[in-house]
Amino acid sequence: MTTPEPAGLPAGYALPAPGTNAPLASPAYRSTGGRAPSRPLVPLPPGLHELTGPLFGAGRVRPGDDDLTRGPGGEAVGQRIVVAGRVTDADGRPVPDTLIEIWQANASGRYCHERDRWPGALDPNFTGAGRTVTDAEGCYRFLTVKPGAYPWGNHTNAWRPAHIHVSLFGRSFSQRLVTQMYFPDDPLFFQDPILGAIPDPAARQRLVSAYDHGLTEAEWALGFRWDIVLRGPLAVPFEPPGEDGHV
Amino acid sequence: MSDLEQPDHAQPDLAHHRPPVMTSGAAFGVSPSQTVGPFLHLALADPAEALVVPVGTAGGFWVRGTVTDGNGDPVADAVVETWQTATGDADVPAGFVGFGRCPTDDEGRWAIHTVKPGPVPAAGRRWAAPHLAVSVFARGLLDRVVTRIYFADEAAATATDPVLAELVEPARRPTLVATATEDGYHFAVRLQGEDETVFFAL
Ligand SMILES: [Fe+3]
Repeated sequence: MTTPEPAGLPAGYALPAPGTNAPLASPAYRSTGGRAPSRPLVPLPPGLHELTGPLFGAGRVRPGDDDLTRGPGGEAVGQRIVVAGRVTDADGRPVPDTLIEIWQANASGRYCHERDRWPGALDPNFTGAGRTVTDAEGCYRFLTVKPGAYPWGNHTNAWRPAHIHVSLFGRSFSQRLVTQMYFPDDPLFFQDPILGAIPDPAARQRLVSAYDHGLTEAEWALGFRWDIVLRGPLAVPFEPPGEDGHV
Repeated sequence: MSDLEQPDHAQPDLAHHRPPVMTSGAAFGVSPSQTVGPFLHLALADPAEALVVPVGTAGGFWVRGTVTDGNGDPVADAVVETWQTATGDADVPAGFVGFGRCPTDDEGRWAIHTVKPGPVPAAGRRWAAPHLAVSVFARGLLDRVVTRIYFADEAAATATDPVLAELVEPARRPTLVATATEDGYHFAVRLQGEDETVFFAL
């Protein structure tokens, strides 16, 4: 190729500590059986595409997208809650102006989705999807209702603990994260193979929000705080210097 | 009970369940990934996001594909995301966003309308062949899987690509190369099995 040599790239992003992410093949979560790749993942030295990412800001969010409680015919049914926190990277740096997308079941544990057929009541005033962007300090806030637990077919008498699905872009493709936020002291944790697939108990705990009386709004909504930590940049070059001294 | 979480394997031994023990977390430990679940369409399925460039853009084409499981069955609750630079030499097309996203339909099909990127800077001050960075999320995947879409008509560049030609075993390289079709390319994502797509640890 006649193209000139490209400029050097940053080293990339540090891997989460071992035990942070669940093994893709986690037999207790039965759907992993036919879907988890069986071959080892191939290590990928990050190139430009892995080190950059879509910087979706406020342009993707309309006013009110962070309030899931207001339906076309009035208030959604359920315990009104504030979910708020801060997005940082593993070095503690705030992640500003990043899009957060959430979706969840309603107060009965039913999703407003044609494929959710269990007989929990639907709420015409709750679609269960929202989005916002973090501010300059990485902070975000949603107003919603507390999702109900719901049954599923994974094992006998299986119930998902109440949770909110959350998607974040961060500042690069390497930081992309889809996860779930849980509520403190949920009695269903013990039998949940999705949260339980995370090997490190401390990492599991990072997906559990905390009741925060400071976020609770008098005569309006209970507050739950949940901070999110994305991968941080590697401090050292990914590759040893080449013979010409380039990294 | 949710239709989509019906058994697709034998009843598991409940002894496999690891009862979570909750203790306080490390100060800056990374938040773990969790599955996108079966109802991702509620938030991740805006049809406009399938267009990395508007239809009608010069050089625009469709990458159409499938997501299938270890039995070869379609995965109807997956979402495919692509990320890329613009074309290497030409101006950035109007409306180019770099990011594409499309959930799979009942037959496991997805489609993204885009343009081909130019050569992409790779690690070690080298050039990668034109490719798209790809994330696939699905019910049953506890973390996204990461792959790449290279292009069959870029044979010379892919033959020297620092990842495809040097880190991927020859027999598996075709799983990363989109083949030409009438209106663009086709790319199959096979999550598991004989012709399993190469997935990367990033
Ligand atoms: Fe869910």
